[in-house]
Amino acid sequence: MILRALVLLLLTALPATAEEVVLGMSSDTISITTNFDGSELLVFGAVKREAPIAQGDPLEVIIAVAGPSEPLTMHRKDKKLGIWVNADAVEIDLAPSFYAIATTGPFTEVLSDVEDLRHKVSIPRAIRSVGAPMTVSDSQSFTEALIRIRSENGLYQLNEGTVSLDEQTLFRTSVELPADLTEGDYTTRIFLTRGGTVVSSFETSLDVRKVGLEKFLFDLSRQQPMIYGIMSLAIAIIAGWGASAAFQLLRRQ
Amino acid sequence: MHIYLPIAEVSANAYVLFGLGGLVGILSGMFGVGGGFLMTPLLFFIGIPPAVAVATEANQIVASSFSGVLAHLKRKTVDLKMGTVLLVGGLIGAALGVMIFNYLKSLGQVDLLVKLCYVVFLGVVGSLMFLESLNAIRKSKKAVSVPKKRGRSWVHALPLKMRFRTSGLYISVIPPVLVGLFVGILAAIMGVGGGFVMVPAMIYILGMPTKVVVGTSLFQIIFVTGFTTMLHATTNYTVDIALAVLLLVGGVIGAQIGTRIGVYLKAEQLRILLAIMVIAVCLKLGLDLIIMPSELYSIGAAGGH
Repeated sequence: MILRALVLLLLTALPATAEEVVLGMSSDTISITTNFDGSELLVFGAVKREAPIAQGDPLEVIIAVAGPSEPLTMHRKDKKLGIWVNADAVEIDLAPSFYAIATTGPFTEVLSDVEDLRHKVSIPRAIRSVGAPMTVSDSQSFTEALIRIRSENGLYQLNEGTVSLDEQTLFRTSVELPADLTEGDYTTRIFLTRGGTVVSSFETSLDVRKVGLEKFLFDLSRQQPMIYGIMSLAIAIIAGWGASAAFQLLRRQ
Repeated sequence: MHIYLPIAEVSANAYVLFGLGGLVGILSGMFGVGGGFLMTPLLFFIGIPPAVAVATEANQIVASSFSGVLAHLKRKTVDLKMGTVLLVGGLIGAALGVMIFNYLKSLGQVDLLVKLCYVVFLGVVGSLMFLESLNAIRKSKKAVSVPKKRGRSWVHALPLKMRFRTSGLYISVIPPVLVGLFVGILAAIMGVGGGFVMVPAMIYILGMPTKVVVGTSLFQIIFVTGFTTMLHATTNYTVDIALAVLLLVGGVIGAQIGTRIGVYLKAEQLRILLAIMVIAVCLKLGLDLIIMPSELYSIGAAGGH
């Protein structure tokens, strides 16, 4: 009886713990500096296992990097009195400011819909939109527009087949981070799947921070707006006056 | 070279910004205008959020007008008393303008407000200027000078009269306060100094001598845009000092070049060129509102409805 229970336990426990992720990233902090022009994040790792590679469905890897989520409002223009104005609005409860997915194969093949629903991996599932006002009947198209706009700006990416996996053990990919990154804690999630089912997952965080002058100016503008405003005026006046004075000097010579 | 603008939170090419400042500077030097009404729409076109463009432009105008005011003060062509009266109206107007701005921002309609204001004002001012300079050219060809008559208008019938020695006027304070108020609202909503409205108003409505008009309007503009900058900085956090400095340095250099180009052109020709440019910017903004945009959706901050 005890033996049977033990075997059963082993059988159920085995698939979950048999393969584990050991992860590395090219950096665990991204600094936004004055000349920040986007960055490339290298995510690599290995699958640790204590048993030989299982037969059957091949191992697949999904890597999802998500920026901090924030609520936002989507506006849609409509023609009123001959001009295009923002008419309907739908509030999105939470949407990541950045979201990139990289996979070893076509997304629908490496992750089943049920598993996607559970782990919220795909872009539409990463966005949380609860309700739309009664006046808007097609709230879905607002979420689609959000994904479309952010995809065009490189903020939402679905890169199928960009994770390279060697010997079902070593995997690596690179994620393009665009220039207009939002500051905050980014999470990197790795899923190992077999036949569309998640067999193991791993999560780590990445720190994206403004540094140096940017950080100083940004913080000052939020925490001491009065001082920031006076400073902006003073700097602008000095710069403008200085530039014209310098030009006058040049002219006289 | 890309530079990350800390408040706008976008990365932009520093040379483009510098060049833009220079280009608008050349135009403002040539025509003797502030250039805010050209710079702000250009900033929209290169992808700076409108709220940041308007607030930053106000900051830039303070700086670019500063050396002008100093020069006018030295030449004693500033009517300080009139300037102060205009300023009282201007400060109230700027506060009202920022309130309207923030209210519409919460509705998600601030882009529309700013663009509509541009279309209306640029359209009106541009066409008036165009017609007037066409007339002036026609008259100068006929070589007939029509003596200017400045009759006693309704402005002189209002109460609360005050004497303005530098301008040689004895008029009610109500019209200048109203002019200042109106320009203050424009400064806050459009990110312009408002010289293109105030200068004609001072000449035609208040009847001020042309000599003191530019200096006095610059005097008022500095304080009104300075106040606007502070209001935007403290309520919207949208003043981007890095952007302002880049535009400014380009602008000051451009203005010096523009002033010299302006010497070679006749006043009427200059004005007609400026009118055409104002109408062009107006048409571009107007068409953007009328033609169906390629993307109907836009992302806005939360909280609004």
